[in-house]
Amino acid sequence: MKISKVAEILDAKIRCCEELAEDEVCSACGSDMMSDVLAFVKDQAVLLTGLVNTQVVRTAEMMDMRCIVFVRSKQPSEEMLALAEKCGIVVMTTDRRMYEACGILYKSGLNNYI
Amino acid sequence: MSDKLEFTFEVNGDNFTSAGEASVATKKNLRMLGFSPDIIRRVAIAMYEGEINMVIHAGGGTAKVTVYDDKIEIVLSDNGPGIADVSLAMKEGFSTAPENIRSLGFGAGMGLPNMKKNTDTMKIESVLGKGTTITMTVNT
Repeated sequence: MKISKVAEILDAKIRCCEELAEDEVCSACGSDMMSDVLAFVKDQAVLLTGLVNTQVVRTAEMMDMRCIVFVRSKQPSEEMLALAEKCGIVVMTTDRRMYEACGILYKSGLNNYI
Repeated sequence: MSDKLEFTFEVNGDNFTSAGEASVATKKNLRMLGFSPDIIRRVAIAMYEGEINMVIHAGGGTAKVTVYDDKIEIVLSDNGPGIADVSLAMKEGFSTAPENIRSLGFGAGMGLPNMKKNTDTMKIESVLGKGTTITMTVNT
């Protein structure tokens, strides 16, 4: 699935790295605990989270993720967006809640597990 | 002994926002040296978890990464309070992190086990009141 499609089906607004929105992703994970993302996630290209701090971007970078979706209308800071821009990570925001956003993506075909 | 490359970083314990900068720099260095994405990711995750721990528990410290012909060694040293019970600290879910750190998405008691999981060897030397040194290697 293209990252632009992720944004479209979640009614999300892309906040940085829009030029990378045509890249393909094939899996995702949702968590507010970065400890769990670091420990359990493998090859998940999209991170959905309601947690807002710079370590979310760093965690995504460590895990080679391509896209962060902030759910529940959470807004990343300018510092976070600058960091994501530097890392080449697409950041988007959606009003959807975590459960809903994950469900929509899963149902739409973003359901690969490795 | 064969040639080796060393990178040393100071980990600032006063600023949670900057935690991870040493791991980011290491990741870039290893990428430039041509290591595989899997090796780079394992080193980056183990080191990042260690950096976060140093910031949360020890007020910062030093990270040294040495690239040998056959392995990458990461040594994380701090002058923090030390680990009272290393075997207990290695159990998944055990954490002494304060609530404010948990609210930042860390401190779930997964750090040390995850460092072990992502490395080929891991040694913890800790003295209460003096500090902790963790030595990890990833075979290349």
